[in-house]
Amino acid sequence: MGTVNRTAPVGRGSSKLKSKSPQDRILEAVVYLSMIGVTVLTMYPFLNVLAISLNDSVDTVRGGITIWPRQFTLKNYDLIFTYSGLITGFKISVLRTVIGTAAGLISGSMLAYTLARSDFQARKFISAFLAVTMYVSGGLIPGFILMKDLHLINTFAVYILPGLVSAFNVFVIRSFIDGLPYALQESAKLDGANDFTIYWRVILPLCKPALATVALFLAVGQWNSWFDTYLFNGSNESLTTLQYELMKILQSTTTSATNSQDAANMAQRMAQVSPESVKMAITIIVTVPILIVYPFLQKYFVKGMTLGAVKS
Amino acid sequence: MKTISSNVENVYEPAEQTKKSAWKVLKNQKYLYYMSIPFVLWVFVFQYLPLWGWTMAFQKYRPGVGFFEQKWVGLEHFRTLFQDDHFYQVLRNTLAMSLMGLIAGFIVPVVFALMLNEVRLQVMKRFVQTVSYLPHFVSWVVAAGIVTKMLSTDGGVVNSLLISLHIIDQPIQFMAQGHWFWGIVTGADIWKETGWNAIIYLAAISGIGPELYEAARVDGASRLRQMWHITLPGIRPTIIVLLIMSIGHLLGTGFEKQFLLGNHLVIDYSEVLDLYALNYGLAMGRYSFGTAINIFNSVISLILLFAANGIFKRFTNESIM
Repeated sequence: MGTVNRTAPVGRGSSKLKSKSPQDRILEAVVYLSMIGVTVLTMYPFLNVLAISLNDSVDTVRGGITIWPRQFTLKNYDLIFTYSGLITGFKISVLRTVIGTAAGLISGSMLAYTLARSDFQARKFISAFLAVTMYVSGGLIPGFILMKDLHLINTFAVYILPGLVSAFNVFVIRSFIDGLPYALQESAKLDGANDFTIYWRVILPLCKPALATVALFLAVGQWNSWFDTYLFNGSNESLTTLQYELMKILQSTTTSATNSQDAANMAQRMAQVSPESVKMAITIIVTVPILIVYPFLQKYFVKGMTLGAVKS
Repeated sequence: MKTISSNVENVYEPAEQTKKSAWKVLKNQKYLYYMSIPFVLWVFVFQYLPLWGWTMAFQKYRPGVGFFEQKWVGLEHFRTLFQDDHFYQVLRNTLAMSLMGLIAGFIVPVVFALMLNEVRLQVMKRFVQTVSYLPHFVSWVVAAGIVTKMLSTDGGVVNSLLISLHIIDQPIQFMAQGHWFWGIVTGADIWKETGWNAIIYLAAISGIGPELYEAARVDGASRLRQMWHITLPGIRPTIIVLLIMSIGHLLGTGFEKQFLLGNHLVIDYSEVLDLYALNYGLAMGRYSFGTAINIFNSVISLILLFAANGIFKRFTNESIM
């Protein structure tokens, strides 16, 4: 990506030297300075939060912590692990991420495979049926009523079921399958394989890049979502999620009396005793799993984003 | 179909044949049906049934009562909605934040992608790009927490910086003053999504033929001129498609940011349509009224999408439909 201008290695240096006008130099300076600015602007808040989380909480009140802890301690992290809501939240968050990602991958890829088969009768209908959902949605309240009618409120299933089939993900995988040589499927067919076997044995193993992309989208979405917990399971402490717990703790102190939900009681008690450092430590705990994963999947999701955008 | 019309004397038999073969194909493709029908039903239940729920807006909906026993009230809830002064304030907030988000979210990633493309040092380019994705992957809960921390009056970096530069001498209470709110939401959005949204533009830029740049260089065009006359036109179709899509999502920009960054001090500026539906519909048990708000939101979005698509189709021959 982006090696566009490096076409002629021979003599490039000299031509570059010649063509470096003052204007180009200014442009270059502006570009590099801006990029450094972007990097600082993006990184500083995270480093600041990390530093505060590793700093002694009494000392933090004095202010002036930048990107390095002044009085290093791990006490803040010790403290948050005594809060049972966070332990439950962590378990549920991990569970919904794992199950939601696996279920979403299987359903998405299976549907995508059938839509990639140009000979499939119902292909056009299903594609259109699916595409509509990208632009029209019932909205918050009809959705809530549906979950209520399906008795999904106060269940774990409400984290998994509604988002199981996502049109965007299906189209990303389908575009990828479209790019695979059709001859592979044909030869498998000649060997007497049925369509499911072709999907499972031939297509799925070849789809790894697309699956990695979609897995990342699904996992990040699951890990990061908090509003479904708030809406459907807010009063059920055994189904709380990490993001929701963090939300309660951060919200309860930014202002004293926003949305005085009864579920916020525990959080308020926590917040009263939890100084800035502890809040920042929780933020780090919630963020780190994703930060560890995403750089490794970078080459996949860049491709996946492009595929999805071209098709949809 | 073609065989039928071309074979006038013998209509019956080919029709029979196509019918038969349709069945045969159906049978042959039974696995494909097994693999897709369950999910079609799934989509129907979770995506289409809520649309059926729109009927609630025309009823005096009571939960736990069958559909046919509900009392129909016609457009009453919409009338209530349009007579509510509060509604216009909420609509103003929604439109203001959506428009600001649209403009910023459309310009900043393009500029960022153009600039990043000019970075010749590959290591730096890759590093900056990886870093720029980072905020996209954190939740809005975390992002809002970070933004609040950075803007806070005690020890927030923005206030400290402004004070040490002697631009202000009292810390500004960013999170407590309504007139800052729209800007903060837009800024938070830019901080979080610019790097991510630039991915597509960078991919489009890398698809531009190098010979164009070569030719421009031979003609003595400066880098800035190359950016303006080659790179930018090269990604024009991408820009337009994304712009149309974001116009379609104009009112659907969500409410997470507003929910998480807002508080009762700035509620006059932070409440958007979805939050209005949440607070004045769902939380009060006024399901029908809330649904009317949701419908209003969806219908406006669709109109905007078609309008944007139509306009661009007319003037630039680019379209997404």
